[in-house]
Formats: sequence, C-alpha cells, structure tokens
Amino acid sequence: MIPLGHILILSGLLFSIGVAGVILRRNAIVVFLNIELMLNGVNLAFIGFATRMDSMVGVIFVFFVLVVAAAEAVVGLAIMLEIFRNKETLSVDEINLLKW
Amino acid sequence: MMNDSLWIIPALPLAGFLLNGLLGRKLGPVFVSLLGPGVVGAAFVLSIMAFNRMLQAPGLTISQTLFTWIQSGNLNVPVTLLVDRLSGLYLLIITGIGFVIHLFAVGYMRGEAGFWRFFAYLNLFIFFMLILVMASSLLLLFVGWEGVGLCSYLLIGYYFEKDSAAAAAKKAFVVNRIGDFGFIVASLMLFWLFGTLEMAGINQQASVVLGAGSLMVTTVTLLLFVGAAGKSAQIPLYVWLPDAMEGPTPVSALIHAATMVTAGLYLLARMSHLFVLSPATLAVVAAVGAATALFSATIALAQNDIKRVLAYSTCSQLGYMFLAMGVGAFGAGVFHVMTHAFFKALLFLAAGSVITALHHEQDMRKMGGLAKKMPITGFTFLIGALAISGFPLIFSGFFSKDEILWQAFSSPAGSTLLWLVGLITAVLTAFYMFRAVGMAFFGASRLEHPEHVHESPWVMTLPLMILAFLSVTGGWLGIPHSLGGGLGITNRMEHYFEGFFAQVPAGAGHGDTGTELGLMALTTVLALGAMALGYRMFTVNRERALAWDQTDPMVWKVLRNKYYVDELYNLVVWRPLHWVSDKVLWKTVDVKGIDGTVNGAARAARGMGWVLRLAQNGMIEIYAVSMVAGAVLVVGYLVFLTE
Repeated sequence: MIPLGHILILSGLLFSIGVAGVILRRNAIVVFLNIELMLNGVNLAFIGFATRMDSMVGVIFVFFVLVVAAAEAVVGLAIMLEIFRNKETLSVDEINLLKW
Repeated sequence: MMNDSLWIIPALPLAGFLLNGLLGRKLGPVFVSLLGPGVVGAAFVLSIMAFNRMLQAPGLTISQTLFTWIQSGNLNVPVTLLVDRLSGLYLLIITGIGFVIHLFAVGYMRGEAGFWRFFAYLNLFIFFMLILVMASSLLLLFVGWEGVGLCSYLLIGYYFEKDSAAAAAKKAFVVNRIGDFGFIVASLMLFWLFGTLEMAGINQQASVVLGAGSLMVTTVTLLLFVGAAGKSAQIPLYVWLPDAMEGPTPVSALIHAATMVTAGLYLLARMSHLFVLSPATLAVVAAVGAATALFSATIALAQNDIKRVLAYSTCSQLGYMFLAMGVGAFGAGVFHVMTHAFFKALLFLAAGSVITALHHEQDMRKMGGLAKKMPITGFTFLIGALAISGFPLIFSGFFSKDEILWQAFSSPAGSTLLWLVGLITAVLTAFYMFRAVGMAFFGASRLEHPEHVHESPWVMTLPLMILAFLSVTGGWLGIPHSLGGGLGITNRMEHYFEGFFAQVPAGAGHGDTGTELGLMALTTVLALGAMALGYRMFTVNRERALAWDQTDPMVWKVLRNKYYVDELYNLVVWRPLHWVSDKVLWKTVDVKGIDGTVNGAARAARGMGWVLRLAQNGMIEIYAVSMVAGAVLVVGYLVFLTE
C-alpha cells in the first residue's frame, strides 16, 4: 500500500504546478489546462484520504469536483471561442477587459 | 337625541369641508352656498338638542367615547366628546354665530373665484373649534387648538396673492406657535403629575396632587396661560390679531372676534380648579388682561381703518375677559365671551357690509353719513356700538362688562387698581366706538361716489338683524342682583354656572350692593359722556378733528403706529433671529457643517475608490496571484495561528 504521505506530496506537486502554470502561462487554453491540473491535484488528495480513512465521502466529493470541472470546461471553452472570434488571439495579456 | 350621536355635531362641518373642498369647484356656488351654511345650521340644531339633554342629565354632563386613540403604558387617550355647561354654551355660540356668519359670507363673498375654497375652510374651522370645546382630554383639545390655528392661517391668507395677507397669515401662525409651546409643555407636566390627560380628572385631583401656591402649580398654570395668551391675543402675543384683518371680513368676525380667540379663555375656564390654586398666576392673568385691555383701547383711538378699530377693540375686550378670570370670576368672563361674541360679530359684519358697499374702502375718513344710505347696516352697527360701550340697562355689554368691573373691584383677588384700569378702558371703548360710528355713519358724507352706495342684500342684512337682537337681549341672562333682585329677576347666568368653576380662596372681599350701584352709576355716566364726546367730535366738529388729526401730534402718532411694537419686535426678535438663521445656521452650520460632512463623506469614498482602482489593471495573472496569496494567507493563518 502506498503511504498517504507520498500521495499528498504528489497531490501538492500537481496543485503547485497548476498554480504556477495559471500564473505564468499566457495562452488561455494552457491556463485552463492548468486549472484542471489543480483540480485533479485536489482530487488525488481526496482519494488518498478516503482510502486511508475507509470512507466514501471523499470519493463522492471527487465525483462532484469532476462534474463541476466538466461544466466549467464547457463554459470556459465557449467563452474562449467567443474571445477568439472577436480578438483573433488567446493570449491573456491582450485580453485585459476586466478593469475599470 | 341620544348621547351616542354627539359625534354628528362635529362630523357635519367636517363633511361640509370635504364636500366643499373636493366637489365645490365642480358643483358651483349655488351648491356651496347651500351646503356651507347648511351643515353649520344643522350642527346648531343638534347642539341645541344636546344642550337641552345636558341640562337634564345627571351631573349636567353628557359624553360619548368614540374610540381609543392612544393606548401605551399608562397613557390612555380615548376620543371622548363631552358636553357640559361650559362646552354646551360654547357649542351654541360657535354653531349659532358660525351659522349666521356663514350666511353673511354667502353675500359677502359672492363672485369670488375661491368661493368654494373659502367655505371649505370656514367649515373646517367650525369642525376644529367644535373638537376643541368638546374634547375631554388635553390632547384632543390640542388637536382642535392646532386645527383652528391652521384654519386661521388659511383664512387670513385667503388672498394669498397679496403679500400683506400672506405675511399676516404667517405672522398669526408663528405667534400662535409660541403660545403652543407653553401649552405642550404644560400638558406634558400635567401628565407627569397626574398620570392622565383627562381634564375632568385633573380638575378633580388638582388640590390633592398640587399644593395651593406651590411652585409647580404656578409653573404649570403660567405655561397654560402662555398658550391661552397666544390664542387669545394678549400682551405680548397680541400682535397677530390686528394684522389678521387682512382676511375677508366674515373671517374677522368668525375667527378673530367671536370664536377662535375665545379658545384661550375656554382653556382657562376649563382648568379653573388648577388656576385657583395659584394666586401668583391669577395675579399675572389679571394684570396682563388689564394691561392688554387698556393698551389696545388706546391704540384703537387713533386708527382710521374701520376693521383695525374693531380688531384692537377685540384685543381690549379679550383683556377684560382675562381680567375677570384673573380675579377668579370665571363665570363673568365666560358671560362676556358670549355677549362679546354677539356684538363683535355684529360690528364686524356691519363693517363688512359697509366695505362691500364701498367697494373695499376701509378708511373711515372717506366714509360719513352712511346711515342714510344703508339704514339697516347703520342701525345695527349702532346697536353693536351701544352694546360694546355698555349703554345702561338695555344692552348686553353693559351687564357683562359691569359684572367684570364689579368683580375686579370686590373679589378677594381683585383690587381698586384693576377696577380703575377697567373703568378707563370702558370709557376709552365708548369713545373710540362712537368715534367710529360718527365717522362712518353720521355727519356729512365724504364718499367719493355716494350715488353708488346701496344697502346690502337680505342675505347680509338678516344676519345683522339676528345678531343685533342677540346683542341687546343676550345680556338679560345675567342681570346682577343689585339691579334685578328687587324686581324678582334672577341672575340666570350666575345660576347656570353655579358650582361649576372653582372659587378663589375666600379673603377680604369687599363692597356691598350700595357700592356696586354707585360704581355702576359712575361707569355708566362716564361711558355715556365718552360716547357723546366721541360722537360729537367726529360728526359735528368733524372737520376740526380731522384737521387736528392731519397735524399728527406726537401722542397721536405713537398711537397710530401702535406704540411701534411691531417695529420693536422687528428689531429685537426678527432681525437677530434672521441674522442668526442666515449667517450662522444657514451659511455656517448648514452649508459648512452639514453639507460639508455629507459632501466630505462622498469625497472620501471617491478618493478611496480612485486609489483602489489601480489594483484593477485587467491582468488576469495579477488577479490570480492575489488570489493565491490570499489563499496562502488564510491557510497560513489556520495552520499556524490557531490551535
């Protein structure tokens, strides 16, 4: 059996890579992929704890996260499609409408 | 009529107000001139019925509780209408004279654009006046009190497009507010002391709760008197009444002679059990009354506007009534309220009849010889003048005024000085009234267009005749013992109020029947002399008197300008107040303080927003970093700083 500590380290690494990717990458789709990476890092932690504590709650939570992530992917990709049609780019540097 | 229909009496004028006010303009003057006087006349009939029932009721009181108005803690204010001997008499005066004046107004106001508005206000006024006298608690009385103040404002300012009328209306309102301040504070103190606002309860408990002559009772009664002085135009709050003549003449007759100004006296009479506990207050009331009587009578001597003469004479007569109440003769005061209501309404309406006939000319110097042109008006005005001057043995004013003078002389609270002031006032009254009679109605005509002057229509002369009849006979209800005793005539007025008012503590009252008759004869002779002098000076020797008038001698000028009291108030009260309001309250406190705070708050918010919006630069990475940093901080806090 894999020790919980290893699972949590892997989960933390995945999450951190995701955060770094979100902050550092310019391409909106890559940023989006990194968000998925963060979510899956968290999922891994959930699974690890669920196995360790022999509880179904963590597993169920993961399903919720997956569903929400799927819904988010749909909305997010639709937004990006629209942005690309309008601005011919997906670089977040040039999509700076979120300000006063 | 059942007790539980007392509410109809005030409800009728209220309905008249609503119908006239809402529909009057559409339905036209015929409808208004039927409905306006009609509701008041109906209220008068119901008042007579209620009055008769009251006389047969146990305790000579009938009342009806309509609903509970306020119920909070130990404050319980039911809306109760009450008819007892005092309010019963007032009811008859208000609705009776009110009806006659409404009738007169139909003729006087004919053709006015605001005909419906005028009658709506008049009806509303009657309604509030009825509430005032029928109220059983101080709070409900205050509703009527404020209501008549409001109506008086509306009616004085009826010609609101005229600056002077608008100013007079405001003046009346503001001066009345000063009096109201006293009333409100006194009411609160009474509630604090007695735990109730019911006047009957307060009167009953007065001597138990408050010690005779204590500081508390003096304070409360003085505050009540401030309220009464404001409403009843006594020094120093009398200034609004003469200016109130800006309103149409029926208004002057109704509000500023016959009914509203008697509200202050009503309050004193109603709370008589409280007032007699404070000799100091009674002395103040008597002194202020006597001073006002004399002061206004001297001003009336020099006025040339017929309505102003009557206005100052009203102030002066009201002073008489306060004098009576100040010496503890509440019954005599109320008796004079009644007779004065008759003859002063008569005088004002007759003056109104003259003013209509002369197309709104009010200057007596441009009248003269009117009695020939307008015999009914002239004759009734003469009767009114005889009544107010106290022509002996017949006219009402003689009996009521004489009663007051005698009480001022003989009551334990009275004094020779008060009597003397009353006597001088009586003489002055006789003089200026007959000066007015002589100038306006007799002697050579000084009219500009004498051929245009005609007697008024019946709708105006009929009220004059009714009031003239009452001015003569009204006094017969109170024929003093010294005169009627031998003939077996009882003083019905005294009998009527027997045991109703509180008595001043018995003391060294003095005077017997002989003295009474002697003083009466003295007053009468002097008054008759003054009448003859006034009449002669301004009819036969009129040119000389007017020429003298033209030279404007010093004393005369001071009187003509009303002792410069308005100018004094202007200097002492108005200007400082205006300065403080303008420079301090407006331009400093309001503009700099209040506006500064509000604008400052807005400016601060805007400034902060300007700083914060720098963070909103549109770079999603920065947002993400902030979010991560925030998350790290929160997690760090949870992990390291909490157990």
